[in-house]
Amino acid sequence: MARTIVITSGKGGVGKTTTAAAMAMGLAQRGHRTAVIDFDVGLRNLDLVMGCERRVVYDFANVINGEANLNQALIRDKRCENLFILPASQTRDKEALTLEGVGQVLEELGKTYEYIVCDSPAGIEHGALMAMYYADDALLVTNPEVSSVRDSDRMLGILSSKSRRALQGEEPIREFLLLTRYSPERVARGEMLGLEDVQEILALYMLGVIPESKSVLNASNAGNPVILDQESDAGIAYSDMVARYLGEERPMRFLDPERKGLFSRLFRG
Amino acid sequence: MGLIDYFRSAAGPNKGSASVAKERLRILVAHDRAARDRPFYLPKLQEEIVAVIRKYVAVDNDAVSVNYEQEDSQEILEVNIVLPESPP
Ligand SMILES: Nc1ncnc2c1ncn2[C@@H]1O[C@H](COP(=O)(O)OP(=O)(O)OP(=O)(O)O)[C@@H](O)[C@H]1O
Ligand SMILES: [Mg+2]
Repeated sequence: MARTIVITSGKGGVGKTTTAAAMAMGLAQRGHRTAVIDFDVGLRNLDLVMGCERRVVYDFANVINGEANLNQALIRDKRCENLFILPASQTRDKEALTLEGVGQVLEELGKTYEYIVCDSPAGIEHGALMAMYYADDALLVTNPEVSSVRDSDRMLGILSSKSRRALQGEEPIREFLLLTRYSPERVARGEMLGLEDVQEILALYMLGVIPESKSVLNASNAGNPVILDQESDAGIAYSDMVARYLGEERPMRFLDPERKGLFSRLFRG
Repeated sequence: MGLIDYFRSAAGPNKGSASVAKERLRILVAHDRAARDRPFYLPKLQEEIVAVIRKYVAVDNDAVSVNYEQEDSQEILEVNIVLPESPP
């Protein structure tokens, strides 16, 4: 049986797709057969972050509508043989995904994959509901900022009332917090909510803190999930996140402001 | 950041905006959570209580307030009915 993990947030632009790509690559690199699905109908993005946009032939909606079979639509990653990508449909029909169709695809994937990572669209409407409905685990991607924290909390309410596990009275979804775009300097200056603040308000298990980092943009420019860049703070932080998800203990890193010499403080730090 | 900015920012207007954010969030989230934990039947219940009371006393729609609270292991449903002043 596969475990289905939804990467969700409520609020848009907080780093869900970046995280889905990193999570899927990280799991696959550790030897787990993993599929990552883009649920963002009409705004296909995951294929770009994964660097496989030119290999897209069929998509998720084609499979649901019976226009292609799953194996025709899945794209095997060129860097890691355990990783497969199912791209979103570019149709404008926001209802292209149905609960029944999504359920069938997940069930079929579940026969041969260990992990299924679902990249949710923003919002709390149809697409986001499709992405979270069948989840076993949920990663709440959150920025240290009022509206993002609030939306994550609202998403928690939705997970505990509208998911399959909730509706069928099964064991609830395991919920994890992932704080992204974290800037220790700004936290130290009292300008940004800190890790403890967010954790206190959402009361969730903290799976990781991903620093604000230039390497994320560089990685998406090149179509490489940032977790492949193990020289970068964000790449390392994502590796830690995957390790923690798999049950390893890893201390949090990159929480302290970079120490700057007096020189750089005087001249543009 | 230059040295002057460095000292200025330590005492500047930004200092503490995170604590304001946290306080606002605390209230917002508590409010959101209370709203979603409320049983779905509350509005209907309130409506029907008003209807029953009206059989006996002429009260306004807002004379009845229904409050729901959840504390650890118990749920409290508080119904408040304000009767019109009786004529002297
Ligand atoms: N840790 C980070 N440091 C710097 N930039 C980041 C970080 N995480 C994400 N970003 C940037 O933020 C933007 C949004 O990221 P991403 O597309 O992953 O968010 P999303 O939540 O999937 O957005 P949407 O809600 O639109 O699907 C991108 O430009 C990405 O490069
Ligand atoms: Mg996205």
